[in-house]
Amino acid sequence: MFELIGIPPQALFGQLLLGLINGAFYAVLSLGLALIFGLLNIINFTHGAQYMMGAFAAWLLLNLAGLGYWPALLLAPVIVGVTGVLIERFLLKRLRGLDPLYGLLLTFGLALIVEGAFRQVYGVSGLAYPVPPSLAGGVNLGFMFLPLYRGWVVLASIVACLVTWAVIERTRLGATLRAATENPALVQAFGVNVPRLVTLTYGFGVALAAFAGVLAAPIYSVHPLMGANLIIVVFAVVVIGGMGSILGSVLTGFGLGVVEGLTKVFWPEASNTVIFVIMAIVLLIKPAGLFGRAT
Amino acid sequence: MWRTSLAVAAILLAGAAQAQQQPAKITDEVVKLGILNDQSGTYADLAGPGSVAAARMAVEDFGGTVLGKPIQVVFADHQNKPDVGSSIVNRWIDVDQVDAVVDVPTSSVALAVQEITRNKNRVHLNSTGGTSDLTGKACSPTAVHWTYDTYALANGTGTAVVKAGGDSWFFLTADYAFGHALEQDTANAVKKAGGTVVGAVRHPFPNNDFSSFLLQAQASGAKVIGLANAGADTINAIKQAREFGIVQAGQRMAGLLVFLSDVHALGLDTTQGLTLTTGWYWDRDEQSRQWAKRFAERMNGRMPTMVQAGVYSAITHYLNAIKAAGTDEAKAVVAQMKKMPVNDFFAKNGKVREDGRMVHDMFLVQVKKPEESKGPWDYYNIVRTIPGDEAFRPMNQGNCPLVQQAEAQPAGR
Amino acid sequence: MMAAGVRIAAVAGVLAALLLAPFAIYPVFLMKALCFALFASAFNLLIGYVGLLSFGHAAFFGFSAYVAGHAAKVWGWPPEAALLAATLVAAVMGVVFGALAIRRQGIYFAMVTLALAQMIFFLSLQAEFTGGEDGIQAIPRGVLLGVFDLGKPLVMYYFVLAVFLLGFLIIWRTINSPFGWVLKAIRENEPRAVSLGYRVDRYKLLAFVLSATLSGLAGGIKALVFQLASLTDVHWHASGEVVLMTLLGGLGTVLGPAVGAVLIVGIQNYLAALGAWVTIVQGVVFVVVVLLFRRGIVGELLARRRKGV
Repeated sequence: MFELIGIPPQALFGQLLLGLINGAFYAVLSLGLALIFGLLNIINFTHGAQYMMGAFAAWLLLNLAGLGYWPALLLAPVIVGVTGVLIERFLLKRLRGLDPLYGLLLTFGLALIVEGAFRQVYGVSGLAYPVPPSLAGGVNLGFMFLPLYRGWVVLASIVACLVTWAVIERTRLGATLRAATENPALVQAFGVNVPRLVTLTYGFGVALAAFAGVLAAPIYSVHPLMGANLIIVVFAVVVIGGMGSILGSVLTGFGLGVVEGLTKVFWPEASNTVIFVIMAIVLLIKPAGLFGRAT
Repeated sequence: MWRTSLAVAAILLAGAAQAQQQPAKITDEVVKLGILNDQSGTYADLAGPGSVAAARMAVEDFGGTVLGKPIQVVFADHQNKPDVGSSIVNRWIDVDQVDAVVDVPTSSVALAVQEITRNKNRVHLNSTGGTSDLTGKACSPTAVHWTYDTYALANGTGTAVVKAGGDSWFFLTADYAFGHALEQDTANAVKKAGGTVVGAVRHPFPNNDFSSFLLQAQASGAKVIGLANAGADTINAIKQAREFGIVQAGQRMAGLLVFLSDVHALGLDTTQGLTLTTGWYWDRDEQSRQWAKRFAERMNGRMPTMVQAGVYSAITHYLNAIKAAGTDEAKAVVAQMKKMPVNDFFAKNGKVREDGRMVHDMFLVQVKKPEESKGPWDYYNIVRTIPGDEAFRPMNQGNCPLVQQAEAQPAGR
Repeated sequence: MMAAGVRIAAVAGVLAALLLAPFAIYPVFLMKALCFALFASAFNLLIGYVGLLSFGHAAFFGFSAYVAGHAAKVWGWPPEAALLAATLVAAVMGVVFGALAIRRQGIYFAMVTLALAQMIFFLSLQAEFTGGEDGIQAIPRGVLLGVFDLGKPLVMYYFVLAVFLLGFLIIWRTINSPFGWVLKAIRENEPRAVSLGYRVDRYKLLAFVLSATLSGLAGGIKALVFQLASLTDVHWHASGEVVLMTLLGGLGTVLGPAVGAVLIVGIQNYLAALGAWVTIVQGVVFVVVVLLFRRGIVGELLARRRKGV
């Protein structure tokens, strides 16, 4: 029954679905990164730490305030988003107009501080966060047993991505945002408070990371370093997708999740590396990324 | 022949190393123990500050002095980086006159410390390091490996699970040297006990999502899924196996490197039924319970892991050996340690072998169901006691240069 | 500008201090600091003089350590040959990485180097010869040129010092050559350099390869100093550390990276018992330097003196 090559089609189907689930995390995280990059021109190295903070916020809400998963899903992104707003207001803002590399370095330093602090306080064994009772158990799809919660993760991520996309492409706010990305000075001249827009965008991007963190909490253990390695994969996703389009980052996120999932079947050892290999190939053929505009 | 030339080499090297430092007196005015471990990273909870507490307890219980000289404990964090660990140990020995380096998790750091202590003639009491190379090809006349090694865990779990009916195995293996060794040691034990290995999947290290690999394991139809990985990888694999209903569907999980602190972090609900091997368990008998209670009082109620208990036991034996030998010269003390049996709350009739392996009984345990547990930290049912000689790798299979080998043996793994 | 005499006196003073240092300070610490000083100086060649931030330099540093370790231990090569092999491998890696990465600029460049280095990390983790998690242990220091026994700490120290000075000299010569001036022109205004007819990509690639090569030399010598090569040095944290050292000392200053390296190694050394605090302190240093003195310590001192004069 079990062979490496010639896997029965239904097993393959199961693996594709699992890949999609992982892709959901990549999509939400790279979406946040792309938003922030678009307006601030900063690679937010703290993104992984903020994803971790989201998971910890959910854990703390449960264990200190007795608030369960559903309130946490809303509250944790807000809380972490507010910390993001503070970081932008008091730290990143001072770097406006400088080489964007300083933003990368600053956020890298912040990531070290945040991860170090959580390690100092919570150790590294990881903390358990239960699956919400309403999503416990699973369904047998015939080709595989799908835990309900995983299904929910895909659904929630797609909704989050669609909503974000709709806001940016279909609303006035989004239009202003896009205009500010292109030409901040002009938009400012029209009376839009661009600095506030920038601050809120950073906060929103961070909130998306925290949202992914809450989604991840019941699946992976809540762990101070849970975002430390993930962030690098997400960087690669962003490079492959190209920074030009929101939709690009989302599609690439899901797509690479699936590719990674397939690699886990055919060549499991390489599944951590495959994304970086794809990145190298894409850079050779299309340096601006799959969806990026040529520079 | 080997031993004398090694000894001569070690003395020469040690002499060379100290030539421009002030020459350390063989017995300086203090016996200093350096606890080197991970105070904040992956292994902080299973060893970390708890090992330091255990060491301090050992010194206090011993009376604080040996041969009329005070005993001191220092500690440092090697951050799981061998170069950091090796800097610390070099400084400890060259400048701070540390006599024994204790604990040392993380194979890469443990092996680095093994080389330094061998060359500079200091004692290495390893409790948390897992690699069986410490008493194999890297063995040293100044080192003792106390609590467990990967061979004993793999062998113990592999053999016992097959005997209990789990005779077909599928491995989830972390794709690096350590994972491969763990898989191979277990597979050998499984086959020897009459079981079969139906397959293995090598997952990248570290890895977050195990669902794909778990489904492959499920599809294999094996009765037992062996987890040849450690730390966060093991935790995530167990957690996600529960999520995908692997155990409920009839397969068993066997953890090849799982500590009490891991079970604590995961909770019984997730880990129930997991089979594993441990070198010690706090709730084994009255003596161990008493010691564990004293430990927990110092550590905010955390019960000791096997390696923390091992630190206490190893230090106590070391101090007794200094007393008996009348010196703290490393090779003499370790030779003395090898002469004396170990009888304490940790081990019954334990003995330190020629290759530095402390041989003692190991225990096959199964994690309790939540309803069986009487309270916090009541986690294990002891299924079987594995006699020491059966648990650990036979001395002639380790390729330890200290051991006179009657015949050239193929490598143990 | 200093008078030539003063400058010679200052250089002589620093050299004398370096020669006498092992009698006052613990030599292993000094050797570690020198290794990282060379690494940071090599890294600075790229960020300080071409304006390219590589976030993947650990690949050259760490992988060369493996090469040196393997050559010295398994093949039994003498230290000079092992170091040469390590340096060459780093150069080849530099060509490959550079060719891929210099197609992009700024942040993209940083991310591409990071991702490429991550591939090297996985390779190091899985390849047989690196010993995976255990690393390569007990690397023999050997006898240099068949004469100098590097097993002796003092001999080893002077060897490390010599290698460091050699690397440093190469970097200094590069910066102050016509090649170096073109690099700086590219950093200041790339389109203009292009319009002046310089084949910018060639210059960038050459600088990248040189930087990678010297990083490899630093990694190789570190393997001999500590007699081990491990995953720590290929991990992306090491890439971050070298950025921190360079930034703290001063981007684009000759001495800055070395000063930064000594300070960071010192912090790690003295805070070792504090665990996660090492990470936190490093993070704080990053944030403070980026916000308050972007020129770094040496850069700041130079700027102040220029103002004063």
